[in-house]
Amino acid sequence: MDTLPGFVRDYADGQLLPWIRQVEAAERFGATLAQVEEVALERGSLPARYQRNRSAIPVDDQLTLFRSCVAVIGCGGLGGYVVEELARLGVGRIVVIDPDIFEEHNLNRQLFSSTANLGRAKVEAAFERIGAVNPAVTLLPLQTAFSPENGADLLAGCQIAVDALDSIQVRLELGAVCNQLKIPLVHGAIAGWFGHVTTQFPGDNTLEIIYRSWEAGKGIEQSLGNPSFTPAVVASLEVAEVCKLLLGRGTPLRRRQMIIDLFSMEVNVIDLLDETGGE
Amino acid sequence: MNITVKLFASFRTGRFDIESGDYPAGATVADVADSLKLPRTELGIMMVNNRHVKLDRPLEEGDTLALFPLLGGG
Repeated sequence: MDTLPGFVRDYADGQLLPWIRQVEAAERFGATLAQVEEVALERGSLPARYQRNRSAIPVDDQLTLFRSCVAVIGCGGLGGYVVEELARLGVGRIVVIDPDIFEEHNLNRQLFSSTANLGRAKVEAAFERIGAVNPAVTLLPLQTAFSPENGADLLAGCQIAVDALDSIQVRLELGAVCNQLKIPLVHGAIAGWFGHVTTQFPGDNTLEIIYRSWEAGKGIEQSLGNPSFTPAVVASLEVAEVCKLLLGRGTPLRRRQMIIDLFSMEVNVIDLLDETGGE
Repeated sequence: MNITVKLFASFRTGRFDIESGDYPAGATVADVADSLKLPRTELGIMMVNNRHVKLDRPLEEGDTLALFPLLGGG
């Protein structure tokens, strides 16, 4: 009882660790909530907040998620939901990169925006929100713009990058940096009722294929805008990809692109093959 | 020559989901897109018979062309 592992053993060994005990342990042993969470998971004790994860994510997988680090590039429509879902899932370290502050036109869809947050940095709002939702998760807020120059430094130590950007140019740059770092990139993009998702594995040039006809400027989101529901759908699909990649389970969208049409309620999955039969 | 054109997402608005049409021999993807008044800057993925192609790809009798708009929002 006089050590952290002893505390976990006495209160929750092999069972659920209630939040109130997690907080108590952190206070008693001068540990962070994250440290308590790791000790609990190592002992096969699931923090009670994750009990509904359980059939999908057993306790040893929960430990894998806790020891993972994921970068989210962009903290707007897609990024807000991606960060929220990663934190609730229990991904232990989340790096969030976005230079912007919240503006009024973000309020229709960006999860961390609120009237109180107008004018505040998006990554700062993300930090506060995740601190309230799951304080055992470490969120690193980086209020800066991703670029080919700083990209490798920003993503250092991350196992996966999630594309939640709103610039095709920067998406392509992110795809190149991920290949340089040999990490997978989960890509999502939206416009109006429509969206798409795919995952670029190291060595693949998936982003280049998707945007091969792009020359400059924005996509049809410029004229269609983005309603509240499309980013939530596409962000959730991106997080499902991240979860599978971190756990090494399931079938990701490798060299496949899921195309979502919420107006016709159609989902198409197309192969990302060019006419030579390869990428 | 007969080409089946499949349109997706916003390209369907005021046009169609799928339609077969006659196009002049040697017509390219760009020719079909232009005939449908699809702005070049809005063109995203273009596929002929489920393979990704570029605008200058010449079409052949019986091809199926699928056109998706460019999405970049986040």
